This record gives sequence, C-alpha cells and structure tokens, in this order.
Amino acid sequence: MAYTITEKILLAHTDKKSITPGDFIYAKIDLALGNDITAPIAIKEFKSAGAKKVFDRKKIALVPDHFTPAKDKKSAEQARILKDFADEQDIENYFEVGRMGVEHALLPEKGLVGPGDLIIGADSHTCTYGALGAFSTGIGSTDLAAGFITGCVWLKVPESIKFVYSGKLGKWVGGKDLILYTIGDIGVDGALYKAMEFTGETICKLPMDDRFAMCNMAIEAGGKSGIIEPDEITRKYIRSEGRNVKGVFFKSDKDARYCDVREYDVSKIEPQVSAPHLPSNARPASKFKNVKIDQSVIGSCTNGRITDLRIAAKVLKGKKINSRVRLVVLPATQKIYSQAIKEGLADIFMNSGGVFSTPSCGPCLGGHLGILAKGERAIATTNRNFRGRMGHPESEVYLSNPAVAAASAIKGRIAHPDEV
Amino acid sequence: MKFKGKVWKFKNDVNTDEIISARFLNTQDPAELGEHCMEDIVADFSKKISRGDIIVAGKNFGCGSSREHAQLAIKGAGVSCVIAESFARIFYRNAINVGLPILEIDSTSDIQEGDYLEVDLDKGTLLNLSENKEYNAQPLPKFIQEIIKSGGLLKWIRLRQRRSSKKIGYGGQVRKGKRCTR
Repeated sequence: MAYTITEKILLAHTDKKSITPGDFIYAKIDLALGNDITAPIAIKEFKSAGAKKVFDRKKIALVPDHFTPAKDKKSAEQARILKDFADEQDIENYFEVGRMGVEHALLPEKGLVGPGDLIIGADSHTCTYGALGAFSTGIGSTDLAAGFITGCVWLKVPESIKFVYSGKLGKWVGGKDLILYTIGDIGVDGALYKAMEFTGETICKLPMDDRFAMCNMAIEAGGKSGIIEPDEITRKYIRSEGRNVKGVFFKSDKDARYCDVREYDVSKIEPQVSAPHLPSNARPASKFKNVKIDQSVIGSCTNGRITDLRIAAKVLKGKKINSRVRLVVLPATQKIYSQAIKEGLADIFMNSGGVFSTPSCGPCLGGHLGILAKGERAIATTNRNFRGRMGHPESEVYLSNPAVAAASAIKGRIAHPDEV
Repeated sequence: MKFKGKVWKFKNDVNTDEIISARFLNTQDPAELGEHCMEDIVADFSKKISRGDIIVAGKNFGCGSSREHAQLAIKGAGVSCVIAESFARIFYRNAINVGLPILEIDSTSDIQEGDYLEVDLDKGTLLNLSENKEYNAQPLPKFIQEIIKSGGLLKWIRLRQRRSSKKIGYGGQVRKGKRCTR
C-alpha cells in the first residue's frame, strides 16, 4: 500500500494496520497546545468532565500569547486560568510573559515539535508545524479538553493535494508569496478538509522560516494541514541552537495517491499582496501602487521570525517611514526579540520611525498594540484580512511579505521593495 | 431533534471573525458572546433574531479561527441550527463537539431570508414551509452521529472509557510502547 507522508504519520499514531482517506481514526497525540483564548474553555470543559489529571504533563503546551502582556482585566483573568492550571497539573511547557512568544514560532524554536509528530492545537494556525514534517492541525477547545484527558484525538484521514513548485525564486519573493499565490489560485476553500503537501525543487531549497510561513497559511485555503517532507534543512534546524529533536523522517511513497496535483513555476511569481477581505484576493504587489496605508505590521506566527525581521530591516536601513504611517514590528518570540537587538535590527526599525514591540499576537486578530480606526488601512505580514480583523469593521487589511510591508511603510502606500 | 425557525441568510465564506469579532474574545460567556454575534455584517443581529431562528449560508461557513467562541456566540444568540453548502473543517468539528446542530445541503441558493424552515436532524430532512419545498441533507457519518448521540465529545469519551477494558485518560496512560519521538 502506497501512502502519502500525512497518511504514514497518522497510521503510526494508531493501532491500525492500514489507513485510507475518509477513515475515522482515534489517534495518539505527541503534543496538545492551547493559548489564552482557547485554553480557558478547554480547562473549564476538562473540569466539568470530572477529569483530575492530564494524560501527560510533558505533552501539553500552554502559551498565553494572544492578548498578552494582558491588555485589560478580562484578558488578565483568562491568562491567569492557564497559569493556575499549569501549576495545578505541573505542566512543564507553560510560557509566562518574558519567556513567551507567538505559539507557532515558539514551539519549534523550543524543540517541542518535530518530524513525524502528531500535534493538535486549539488555534487554527497549528498547521505551521507541518513545515517540520509533522502532522499538525487546528482543533477546538472541546477537542483540546479531550486531548488533555485522553492523549488522543478523533480525526478523519484527509485526502492530500500535492503542490509542486519549480524554478528559482525572484528577489523579494519568499514562502509567504508562494502561499498567497497558491491560495489565490485555489481559493479559501480550495483545500477544504484536505492535507496540502508542498513539494518540488523550490521547496527542497526553501529555508525553514519560509517553510513555516507556507504551512502556517494552509488553513487559509481551508486545509486540514500543510506539510513538507523533512530533509537536511529540517535536520539542521531541529539539531541547532540547543535543540536536540530526533523525530521520524517520513516520506511520501512515489505512487501515493493525491486527489489533485498542482504545479507552479515560481520564477513567474512576483511579491504578492492579498486585498481585503479574503486571503485569496492575491495579486502582484505592483498592482496596488495607488493604495495608501495608515499602518504597517511586521510580525505574527506567519512572518515574525528572525529572517523576516532581517528582510524588513534590509529594506528599512537608513530610511525613514512616511510621516503619516505607523510601523509596528512584533518579533514572534523573546529569543527573536533579543537576537534582533543584538543584530542591530531593532535600531533600524526604531530609527526609521517604527515601534519595536514585545512578542504578542497583538494587532493580528485585533487584540491590541495597533488597532485600526474606522476607514484606516494596514498592510500586514499576518495571515488573515477578514473584515474587522485588525480593528474597526470598516478598516482594511492587505496581506504581504515583510519586504513589501517595509517598503510600503516608507512610501505611505503599497510599494514593491524595488521602489525604495 | 426538530427545529422550526425563520431563516437568516448569509453569503459564502462567512468567517469566525464575522461570527464573533476577536475584540469580544476576552469572555467565554455564551450570552455575552451572543450579544455580538454577526454584528459586523448584520447590525444588531442578536436583537433582531428570535430564539430558534436558523442561519442558512453558502459554502465554507465558519472559515478562519479554531475558537469555539463562534459556536458559543451562535448558540448564545439563540440560533437553533446552521445550514450551509459546506463548513470549514474546524468549525464543523467544533459544532459536533459542542452540540451545535449543523446540516450540509447541496445548494442553499433558493432558500430566502425570512423563509420558515422545519429541520429534522434525525432524518436529515429540511422542509421550507414558505416555499413548500423539501431538501435532503447529507447524512452525517456514523462516527459523528455516535458523538452527537452521546451528547458531545466529552460524554462520548466517558462512554468509550466505560466500555473499554483498557483504562485511558483521567490520569491513566493511553500510550503503550509506541514510538516516542524524543
């Protein structure tokens, strides 16, 4: 029986001898993740189910990252629920403000997720860890509560779509552009219920941070998961910077079945911008030159990693942003924050007229640290541009890579990095 | 389970931020969330609807976030059931897990806002009382029916644990000699 990498990982986490797309399975999980928005409900459910102890205190991660450092009293109460639960259950992987980071950047950085793992997270962007060759998917708070109790999750084995990328990436084009382009091609429900497998010669050379950005946005095409076969780039990542993740390196069989195969020549792909109010409204950045902006946000679980900040700094170095624009840079984790200071990136952002914030999901979901007023418009390296996502229902969000967001901050309108 | 109610019609790709904006997520109270349900796309939705009303939408309903606040807000607003051509996958499983009735039908295009519907979840049938038309819903997979019949995921787990000779959960251990990645 020929399997895709997704099917192989799922099979390895059940007692079954074989597996077929469409099967319902009850699979063992390697890590269950919750944040300050979703975990409080899961903890409430956990308690009301009469559960006393979590299945494994080392296989749970609690990351208060959305409305933290607490933006108001209610948010503080929510975060407090996580801390109390972590204390009560002696959960190792609880990350307080100061050691915290945006969850999907933090867990790989800490070496808590690795190739071959099965990870569930009560956050839709949990699909990010597919970049390491894991099966990783977003679930709800009730699923998380069930995971806390049993260490298992019910799943329907998804069909896989294969996305094959070939050719050389243009200047200023990265993983974010590939995924925006792909979502633009297939639509926001183009991969509904499916696993998106990203492959091809371009992906084989793609740096880890770009892979994270791609898999992160699988959900924006409706995907159950995004995945990239682990290789030497993956191996280097999981064994570097003090990480010592072993992992199981699964590969798709040559004759594995896919419900669709799509091929892209990346040399023709320009930096992409997705117009409001869907991530699928992707077009080349050069088509948006008349769009004025009030704010530029660089950060999030999609593009708040060190290479993203380096790219933004490269564009901003020695330049001033437009006097009517706010630039908000949010490094995704404390480690990235510290690294950006050491490398002089923080100075570049601040000297250009931007703010350099502590790690948080912040404005991405309209939480805090840069909420838009009525009629305001932002360009952001985040993942969603739904109506009202970053603030007022009549505000607008355009999605892009960090270079375009930086160039746009300088110009005061959406700009291609070559323009500055 | 049967429901009768007035239709509130929505477009394709209704997302979780539209169902309940993230600015209200610092609470888990269904009644409080319900007050703000859909308000960014239908002003005063929670004041306009009557208890038992039905949401009817196009494809990919509930795309976006994994937050169960979306289901809680819909329930809290008094909506009895959501009918769509398709659901975003996390929304779908959350609805099942928390017991928000949902049904998929091939096309919702000839159901109009203000129509009265009668939904029979057990039979998977849908009667448009205003148009005198009947629609057949996709039957829910057996596994999912089992969860719903148990009263939601956590109750299903308890039943499963009771039935199983192996002790799982509640402080017990589920994995036995299986590969561990580190």
